[in-house]
Amino acid sequence: MNENLNPSFTGEGIYKENILDHYKNPHNRGKIANADIEFTENNPLCGDVITVDMKLDDNKIVDVKFNGQGCAISQAAMSMLTDEIKGKTLEQIKKINREDIVKLLGIEVGPVRTKCVVLGLVAVKEGIKEFEK
Amino acid sequence: MLKIEKIRKDFSILKRKVHGKPLVYLDNAATTQKPKVVIDAVKDYYENYNANIHRSIHVLGEEATAAYEEAHKKIADFINADFEEVIFTKSTTESLNLLAYSLTADLKPGDEIVISEMEHHSNFVPWQQLALKKKLKLKFIEINKGGTLNEESIKENITKKTKIVSVTHVSNVLGTVNDIKEIGKIAHENNALMIVDAAQSVPHMKIDVKDLDADFLAFSGHKMLGPTGIGVLYGKKELLEEMQPFLYGGEMIKEVTFENTKFNDLPWKFEAGTPNIAQGIGLGIAVDYLNKVGMENIENHEKELVKYAYEKLNKIKEVEIYGPSPEKRSGLIAFNVKNVHAHDTAQILDGEGIAIRAGHHCAMPLASKLGIVASARASFYVYNTKEEIDKLVEGIHKVIKVFK
Repeated sequence: MNENLNPSFTGEGIYKENILDHYKNPHNRGKIANADIEFTENNPLCGDVITVDMKLDDNKIVDVKFNGQGCAISQAAMSMLTDEIKGKTLEQIKKINREDIVKLLGIEVGPVRTKCVVLGLVAVKEGIKEFEK
Repeated sequence: MLKIEKIRKDFSILKRKVHGKPLVYLDNAATTQKPKVVIDAVKDYYENYNANIHRSIHVLGEEATAAYEEAHKKIADFINADFEEVIFTKSTTESLNLLAYSLTADLKPGDEIVISEMEHHSNFVPWQQLALKKKLKLKFIEINKGGTLNEESIKENITKKTKIVSVTHVSNVLGTVNDIKEIGKIAHENNALMIVDAAQSVPHMKIDVKDLDADFLAFSGHKMLGPTGIGVLYGKKELLEEMQPFLYGGEMIKEVTFENTKFNDLPWKFEAGTPNIAQGIGLGIAVDYLNKVGMENIENHEKELVKYAYEKLNKIKEVEIYGPSPEKRSGLIAFNVKNVHAHDTAQILDGEGIAIRAGHHCAMPLASKLGIVASARASFYVYNTKEEIDKLVEGIHKVIKVFK
């Protein structure tokens, strides 16, 4: 038995009010018609998918929208992340990491669900990487 | 009738609590729990007669060899095969890869392989990749809306051009039990080989390879109370004798000169390298256990459970079930709760101590055919009870409440 595994990693404890709110009523859901960056990331493990559209002005994100299908964690994390990155520069966004998303969600998750937590972040970062190429 | 309470005592893990609640283990299609006798057998080998097999001329080596060979014998008897026809691999996946590599060696561009839309990746990706490499044509038997194989599609796809037909006996997602005898008959009429992915059937029903008349059959030990790291490939003797080995090395040879190698007799010809000895012995003990309980009893018990679960889940209007009606399925049910991702369903059930699987169940092409990204799956075995299914149903109501 792995006594080190925090019980809050699993079970229903992770479905806090704010996560369910974001899941049921996601912020910034949709498409941007003439986006500067568009990127889709999949989680092959569970088939979750997130597509992010970003509009830039002078290296700053002026608008961001996302579409996707997936679990409450991946979708809520993305909803929160879109609020977070609006108005930020690409350099600032590149510094966002897993721990920042965990803070936004207000919960810690186990290794299996880390992929759900960072799916949107990976989409955003990979999209920026493609854009800068 | 099975004495479930007595059986449950043999599985100490079932006494475990998860999140303060008794464990309800319904993830048996992924892997089953192990009875004490199996765990003890593995431990006994390492503690008392750990040695390599077929090499060491000393007491430990003799004992290990005898026990490992005895395990082959037990598995052969279990499926009504001959001793030479049972090869130990590490898994169903390895068994199917062995077949894919060995059997496609002499195929020519344009030769056809037929699988179905409901295959697990292990009976899908090896054929797909070898078909790409060798320019073979891979064809798919379609599934009906109800989750069974389409009979017309079977007849259309298997033709004189077909060299290999490889189909799952029981779908790990839909639970569908396929009519392997009928498909095999059509394959043989067209001079094609018939391969069966039996990972989800051998653990749950009495299998007689002579009656089934398949040419090859693959299954895994860990899905039938045995340890991980041990799988089985059954093949008809005359076919195995003609086939090229898949792995070369020690154990599988009779004589090696600088110029050439004479391969060992069956089944060792296909067991290169030091095998998973403890796991093989453990699987033999698992089969003893299954025999003692009786495969027919196990099948009947699961049928009862799946019927009970199906009826209960079917009554919940927020639940969508995939696959055929209970009479046509083995002991598993894949489902989704409306507007809830399968991972979230699994997570909330975990909070109730209930372990199920969520995801695409290693069958992504099937998931896309069903038009879903993922599903939750409850799968049953000999130690599960109706009370546990009641807990599952309660748990699902909780999922519905949380996401309301």
